[in-house]
Amino acid sequence: MTLPDGWVMVIGLEVHCELKTATKLFCGCPNMFGDEPNTNICPTCLGLPGSLPVLNENAVELAMRIGAALNCDILASTFHRKNYFYPDMPKDYQVSQYDEPINLNGRLDLPDGFRVGVTRAHIEEDTGKSTHVGGDGRIHGATHSLVDYNRSGVPLVEIVSEPDMRTADQARAYVTELRAILVATGASDGRMEEGSMRVDANISVRRSETDEFGTRCEIKNVNSIRSLGRAIEYEAARQVGLIEAGDRVIQQTRHWNEQQGRTITGRVKEDADDYRYFLEPDLVPLDPSPEWIASVRSELAVLPATRREAVAAATGADASATAVATVVDLELDQLVLGAVAAGADGRIALARASNEVAADAEGGRGLDVAAFTAVIAMESASEITATQAKTVLGELLADGGGDPEAIAAKHGFEAMDGSVLDSVVDKVIAANPNEWQRYKDGDAKVTGFFVGQVMKATGGKADGKAVTAALVARTKA
Amino acid sequence: MSESPTTAIDIAAAVRDGRVTAAEVVETHLAAIDAREAELHACNAVLADEARAAAGRGDAARAAGATLGPLAGVPVALKDNMCTRGIPTTCSSKILEGWRPPYDATVVTKLQEAGAIVIAKTNLDEFAMGSSTENSAFGPTKNPHDVTKVPGGSSGGSAVAVAAGFAPISLGSDTGGSIRQPAALCGVVGLKPTYGTVSRYGLIAFASSLDQIGPFGATIADAAATYNVIAGHDPRDSTSYAGAMATIGAAELAGDVSGMRVGIISELVGAEGIADDVKRRFTEAADALSAAGAKVEETSVPACVYGLSAYYLIAPAEASSNLARYDGVRYGLRIEADNITDMYTQTRTAGFGPEVKRRIMLGTYALSAGYYDAYYGKALKVRSLIARDFAAAYEKFDVLLSPTAPTTAFGFGAKTDNPLAMYLSDVCTIPSNLCGDPAISVPFGTGDDGLPVGVQVLAPALGEPALFRAAAALEGSAP
Ligand SMILES: [Zn+2]
Repeated sequence: MTLPDGWVMVIGLEVHCELKTATKLFCGCPNMFGDEPNTNICPTCLGLPGSLPVLNENAVELAMRIGAALNCDILASTFHRKNYFYPDMPKDYQVSQYDEPINLNGRLDLPDGFRVGVTRAHIEEDTGKSTHVGGDGRIHGATHSLVDYNRSGVPLVEIVSEPDMRTADQARAYVTELRAILVATGASDGRMEEGSMRVDANISVRRSETDEFGTRCEIKNVNSIRSLGRAIEYEAARQVGLIEAGDRVIQQTRHWNEQQGRTITGRVKEDADDYRYFLEPDLVPLDPSPEWIASVRSELAVLPATRREAVAAATGADASATAVATVVDLELDQLVLGAVAAGADGRIALARASNEVAADAEGGRGLDVAAFTAVIAMESASEITATQAKTVLGELLADGGGDPEAIAAKHGFEAMDGSVLDSVVDKVIAANPNEWQRYKDGDAKVTGFFVGQVMKATGGKADGKAVTAALVARTKA
Repeated sequence: MSESPTTAIDIAAAVRDGRVTAAEVVETHLAAIDAREAELHACNAVLADEARAAAGRGDAARAAGATLGPLAGVPVALKDNMCTRGIPTTCSSKILEGWRPPYDATVVTKLQEAGAIVIAKTNLDEFAMGSSTENSAFGPTKNPHDVTKVPGGSSGGSAVAVAAGFAPISLGSDTGGSIRQPAALCGVVGLKPTYGTVSRYGLIAFASSLDQIGPFGATIADAAATYNVIAGHDPRDSTSYAGAMATIGAAELAGDVSGMRVGIISELVGAEGIADDVKRRFTEAADALSAAGAKVEETSVPACVYGLSAYYLIAPAEASSNLARYDGVRYGLRIEADNITDMYTQTRTAGFGPEVKRRIMLGTYALSAGYYDAYYGKALKVRSLIARDFAAAYEKFDVLLSPTAPTTAFGFGAKTDNPLAMYLSDVCTIPSNLCGDPAISVPFGTGDDGLPVGVQVLAPALGEPALFRAAAALEGSAP
């Protein structure tokens, strides 16, 4: 789905990620997902009278890593109270950074080079989790509610982008890249399905001849990167439809409904919310030393973009290629780089790593580089076919290692002699004259049929690419 | 046993020496409570069983040869806004009725480690909001010197507990004068320490940036001994002072003020509503310091006159947020309703008294969009001006001096219909809270009605040694 001509969509994203700390932001309770409700709690994260917050230094460290990875200025900062009543928020205020966040003025470059501004990335505490029983699952209309405070006080960083994105694909790419950065830096595990990473999208549309932004709506409840794209496209189209029908967009929060594939009105924000922010008097200003900031910057893990460039340079692929992104996301890039450094063919190493090895990424991360290199070398020297190489890799992964040459020998793998292949191809063509005619007429779909027949006749020893080449050669004969 | 000791220092020494047992000390004080509590209503709870058990443990420890702490066997009364594990902690509010904290406040732990025995939880103005203890949901506390008069507040119960001999020492909390003003009205010593020297962990917050726990004692030495025990860095309180804190010892308690530079704050002595008899006693106190060798001069702290106005924006603003959590969801009172909004409203309507509601509304308004800059924001600016003016005064003076309260104890109901008149009770005490500086009220004779008058000594942050030195001198020369 794309917008009608003459319309531009404007997208800004707010991403909340839970930090991967051992304990919560302001107390010593474990930061654990999935435990028995209300077991990881104490006076502070329950907001009991008299309790006080003490800032978790590790949460600050991880927040600074995010800032460093997003090229932010890392600054002295303060905490405020955001006041509103909600049962899963035990103090009825949330401690959050407001006008002086720890990270400001960053940027994130998408793999295709498009640059998205990062306004800020600030620290705040998570709320508990309500389950509303009865009604439609919302608080209004429920017969009663259950609240689990295990998540209350879990450290979050909220990363706010500039409204720089113009397509749903860019938004998806932004979240994908951001997630990869969060994981690579060890700041978060970035699991959207578990809610450890939550994305809200601010969307507006405008006519392309103007620069003025339209009224925006905030879309919540987007639980996957795929849903994010769908929700953005739906919402932008909805807004264009409204305006073209002579109506207007009303600023509001809308919820994405995955089943119905549409956004649904939440709270209408005619007036700005009044959270009565004021400086949190129970905490002191946070002023990381220049040495601390410098050490966070210098010890930052190599970021996915840099790793993709390394893989691209080593394999001759484009840095924005899917295969490159796959091996980096799955942390198989060292395997590829190691194989290439040991003399393996980069193109083949990347292809095998991003397909066969990626299918068992955990096994792949433990795969011996020398063994992987040997398989790629055999394939590139045509000692075995691509199909056979996949079989050898499969066994290496399944067995957690082994000798590739021994595996190939055990199966009797050897590249088929060209003359043998030619005679098999000729026999298969002769046996299937109708299919051969269709092939010659340009029906590409029958290629697979012929390859399959040749494989069957050779017991899988033929090289698929060689078969295709033989077929092409015969059309020209 | 010849004569039973009455001060905390003497009791602890006698218990350590074995001249008296902690059990005997506890019984003596329980008897004192028994004799007058029905009349005075200083206590929300008398912890007779717990105190007897603690005394038994202390005596057994001594018998086993353990080293006893500086407050061994000393009964202490706690303002009922400090958390005590398993023991109801109410803030004298219906909204916390039935709530038992699962943890002890840091000060409670420190007192117990020093050997002190918690004997009672004392009455207060609801959530420490008030200057007469008339705002308690459980009824007012009475002044032991004249039961038709208020004891002051909000720590009225703790002041009375010491004045009536229920305990030699007690703890209160002081947000705008809530220790010093009742100390003055009840004729005892009351200290508000430097902000951050005593942990607030477990103190139920009224206004976090102003609240500070401090001791009451019948003597300066007892207040100092208690301060020495409760002061200290607490990693559970982020606003806790991390540097070295002075211990008050014999040098300070000797009260030598020769050469000390003492400034009389003219704005506070001349403040609206300071009664003539209070002024007379104050002048005598200043003269006494002068006679003892101090260099006493009038001085000006100009921004001080805006203290009350700034305080009544900042404190309610913080309170409106601190008291949001009493919503009926997790603990305390809940009025069941059909939906969450009604449950919140009905619970808070039933659970909070009128003064608490007034301040929540005031604070909510002061923080609201469109009003923040004009009210809360401006109050913060005034707060820094006051701090600046005090800092300037402390360049010339070691301590400053003012009356503690404008009048002696007033009658019940005298100011309840006029909140502003009640708020003026704290005009002299509020500035120290805004600056985070220490101040102490020392009894200094009586007014025309025969009721106690207090004189306030103020010092710069961490200036407790000078503060105690001047206070001890005043105590020594009090009529
Ligand atoms: Zn906790």
